[in-house]
Amino acid sequence: MNTFSAPEIDYSAIAPILIIFVAALVSVMVEAFIPRASRRFIQMLITYGAIISAGFWLFTIRDTRVITAGGSLAIDGPAIMMQGTILVLALLGAMLISERSLDSLGDSFAPRASALPGSVDEREFTSRGFTQTEIWTLFLFAVTGMLSFVAANDLLFMFIALEIMSLPLYLMVGMARRRRLLSQEAALKYFVLGAFASAFFIFGAALVYGYAGTISLPGISDALSVKTGEGALVLIGLGMLLIGLFFKIGAVPFHQWTPDVYQGAPTPITGFMGAAVKVAAFGALMRLLYVGFSGLRWDWEIIVWIVAILSMLVGSLIAITQSDIKRMLAYSAVAQSGFILVGVATATAAGIAAVLFYLIAYGFVTIGAFAVVSMVRDASGEATHLSKWAGLGKKSPMVATVFSIFLLSLAGIPLTSGFVIKFSVFAAAITAGQTWLVIVAVAASVVAAFFYVRVIVVMFFSAPTENTASVAIPSAFTTIALAASATITVVLGVIPQPVIEMVANAGIFIR
Amino acid sequence: MTVMPAEGIFSLMWLLIALPLAGAAILLFTGRRSNSWGPYLGVLTVTASAVLGVLMLINMMDLPAEERTISQVAYQWVFVGDFSVDLAFQLDQLSMVFVLLITIVGALIHIYSLGYMSHDPDRRKFFGYLNLFVAAMLLLVLANNYLLLYVGWEGVGLASYLLISFWQYKPSAAAAGKKAFIINRVGDVGLSLAIMLMFVTFGSVNFSDVFGSATNASEGTLTALGLLLLLAAAGKSAQFPLQAWLLDAMEGPTPVSALIHAATMVTAGVYLIARSNVIYNNAEIAATVVVIVALITVFMGAIIGSAKDDIKKALAGSTMSQIGYMMLAVGLGPIGYVFAIFHLLTHGVFKAGLFLGAGSVMHGMNDDVNMRRYGALRGVMVITFITFMAGYLAIIGIPPFSGFWSKDEIIHAAFEQNLFIGLAAVAAAGITGFYMTRMIAMTFFGKKRWEDDVHPHESPKVMTIPLIVLALGSTFLGMALLFWGDIESWLEPVVGFESEPTPLPSSVYIVFTLVVVIIGAIIGWISYGRREVPEVAPAGNWLTRAARKDLYGDAVNHALVVAPTNYAARLLVWFDNKAVDGFVNGSAAVVGGLSGRMRRTQSGFIRTYALSMVGGAVLVIAALVLVRI
Repeated sequence: MNTFSAPEIDYSAIAPILIIFVAALVSVMVEAFIPRASRRFIQMLITYGAIISAGFWLFTIRDTRVITAGGSLAIDGPAIMMQGTILVLALLGAMLISERSLDSLGDSFAPRASALPGSVDEREFTSRGFTQTEIWTLFLFAVTGMLSFVAANDLLFMFIALEIMSLPLYLMVGMARRRRLLSQEAALKYFVLGAFASAFFIFGAALVYGYAGTISLPGISDALSVKTGEGALVLIGLGMLLIGLFFKIGAVPFHQWTPDVYQGAPTPITGFMGAAVKVAAFGALMRLLYVGFSGLRWDWEIIVWIVAILSMLVGSLIAITQSDIKRMLAYSAVAQSGFILVGVATATAAGIAAVLFYLIAYGFVTIGAFAVVSMVRDASGEATHLSKWAGLGKKSPMVATVFSIFLLSLAGIPLTSGFVIKFSVFAAAITAGQTWLVIVAVAASVVAAFFYVRVIVVMFFSAPTENTASVAIPSAFTTIALAASATITVVLGVIPQPVIEMVANAGIFIR
Repeated sequence: MTVMPAEGIFSLMWLLIALPLAGAAILLFTGRRSNSWGPYLGVLTVTASAVLGVLMLINMMDLPAEERTISQVAYQWVFVGDFSVDLAFQLDQLSMVFVLLITIVGALIHIYSLGYMSHDPDRRKFFGYLNLFVAAMLLLVLANNYLLLYVGWEGVGLASYLLISFWQYKPSAAAAGKKAFIINRVGDVGLSLAIMLMFVTFGSVNFSDVFGSATNASEGTLTALGLLLLLAAAGKSAQFPLQAWLLDAMEGPTPVSALIHAATMVTAGVYLIARSNVIYNNAEIAATVVVIVALITVFMGAIIGSAKDDIKKALAGSTMSQIGYMMLAVGLGPIGYVFAIFHLLTHGVFKAGLFLGAGSVMHGMNDDVNMRRYGALRGVMVITFITFMAGYLAIIGIPPFSGFWSKDEIIHAAFEQNLFIGLAAVAAAGITGFYMTRMIAMTFFGKKRWEDDVHPHESPKVMTIPLIVLALGSTFLGMALLFWGDIESWLEPVVGFESEPTPLPSSVYIVFTLVVVIIGAIIGWISYGRREVPEVAPAGNWLTRAARKDLYGDAVNHALVVAPTNYAARLLVWFDNKAVDGFVNGSAAVVGGLSGRMRRTQSGFIRTYALSMVGGAVLVIAALVLVRI
């Protein structure tokens, strides 16, 4: 009879995850027991404190390379790199969530998410100046999920991390203070489709277990190297796992939630989600492919190519005809996922480094861009229609210039981080012998450059009209987040060497 | 020839250029803050360079003749593979005289400009550009390789452009600046091609390497080099067929016309050919072409100068003609190089004096340039009149004024070469006598033909002192250089010198030339001094009418270059609109259309989204399984 023995757990290595997780639990208690008046302050204290202390802890254990918790968690170079990125992006995201100066009604979130849109209750809650603080609890849980997702070393833990990350996000998407119906619709779509994708993932995990007899990624890899036959089982299983992850990174044809969710979600959440979920999901995707299924490289490579090409082309093409800034940035996110997949497909050390670098730089650009979107307003709230941005460069040259930096970076123009990351991904792909894929990617970035530059043209080369939005003056929170994002975007474009070395030193995924 | 390293005072060679360059940088970058003291700083930097230049001359005279080529390497500038170009300067006897001409005449004109530009609101910018010009011109003559010379060459072109269109609010000035710049580009192409050809042929663009191995190259290559360098020289020195810009360049402020478009920059072409003498000595055809171009220009300039009523344009025509003389001399080969430079120096001084004199007249006449509204100014502008007369006697070549010595030597050298070239040179000297006499007769003699509100007066001291200095130069410089400075043996180590016998003794040629000049002057006096000058120009004969239109230089340019270029441009625009834009717009339309179609897949319904995911799932799994099978 087998006796159950408790697994060895390296608490130090997983401490960053635990810190955020415990903070999230404390945050639940705060909601339950602390009077409403002081909740916001305490929640912010917990959130910022947890993120910063987790960050410091992560920095002290940056050289740890260990598989722990019974093989469920792999704390290796890429994992630490991505956990650090997620924590920094979470810090900036928390700053955007803290912002209360932009909207005359308060922060970006509905005072009571339970109140029906347009109901008497809602009006009363608004007029009484309620602020809801559950957003912080949800935010901390989402970060816990992300930190676990990039370190998950077996399929079951990966699924749990995916859900810990996703469920709070579904809720947060539906909490916009303005245009609540759009926001709730987006939340529902995200939830239903997300559940659909999760079903694929868990079913795929079951099939792979059926084939390999284990859910541990190194175990699957071993099984692939010794077993022959029953190929269809593992191939279908892998396909289904990939579908679940492709959904999260918003790759075509699993992307259709992105424009609706990016548009409907409160803008601080869109920025945080757009940046951090991408890091987490790509981290999980790479670990799955490189650690678990490296034996099937010749099979999954084709899928990644197809999805990468579709994402780059479809994302770039549809973005051209978008007239809403947030939807345009959503399609841009789809296309960017395609570019990152080009790096994933290489399966080389240089490719991993390039993808890590891409995720870091792209995260800051995304947070910064949505920070700007949250500042450009008219009487009805955020003015996201492109026509309202006409002539913004003349009304608010500083903000328009900063936004232009982000757009140029997304378009991959030199002297911004966007050029360096595109270049390193493409260089890695050419070294790996995928020149044809790079040609497609370059063609797609030409198309993509059009719609990024079009926004700059609209801002700087059109005369302001009476519909032109104005820029609300933000508090220090958004200002710092925006300044940090813009500075990092330019610095990474001008002197990328330190970060290139950092990601190169992160090494490969351990098994 | 040995090249000596720069020691002692010569180690400050870089400072010659750095001083005015720093002046330009300070004046142009500090903006309005330096408005008050900027002009004085501009004068100071050039004067300091001039003092430095004089000290170097004194030191150089103490050196033995074969040790007078001094080189200084500032740093390695270009290095591509085996090819390297140093930022290096070379000071020899030829550069030395140019340094002195540029800095001393430059300093005088800077001082004069203090008065002339005193009321201009953009005075600081003007001095900044002038300093920039001096720095670029010094770089041009101090470079020890063709590439660095090219930098200076372009630098003076830029400064010239900026200064011609200095009053850019006048459309004519803006257009003149553009014209000068564009015509100069044609010449610059010649220089850049010549540099490339040198690199291909000799593997280096250093003066010493190129001249050292020139005789190894084929005559065809040397002829091509000579013709390309001539093209460059023709552009910069306003020689036929690139002469049209110089007359329009008179739109710039008068000190600019004096410094850049009379004394220094326009002689850069002469410098280039004299510097490249080794190439021309071995390329007979190229040298002959130089002589032909020079003779055409000598006459064109003189004829244009005879018909213009605008005092500055008449002087510009004269400049063209005189530079033609210099080009003629360099085209003659070793018998002429020395005298070309000699005439270049005397001309630089007396023509600067004439231009500044003209500027002084204009200053008193409310900036009117039409000589038909001058007359009888000798009484009210005594100093200007006397100094102008010194320049006048110098340019027509009356002994002992400086122009006599230099021009006489060129004419003599022409007779040494060929009787007909000599006769042509003498005939042009006669026309010079005519148009210069016409100019002083219309300006200083005759009756007053002033406009009603014009009250001529002598210019302030800050303007007349440079005039006096230049007038002294116009009078004595020729004798000083010839007898005391011994210009022939001074320049001989660099450009070579030989002399051939002429059939008649030289005194015959001197007297013959003088007689022709005096006849020209008498005709000029009879036509304009004795007779009443009508205020409206008479119709004149066909030659006068043609000369007033710059001998149809613009019409020729228009027919040969501008119109074809315009048609070619229109053709390209048509091609661009129809073919290129058609392709671009077409692909944009295809992309946009695709985008519009694909956008429809985004229906907003969850069921459609889920269906698309199922489709994707089928695709993914099918691809995985099918590839395996």
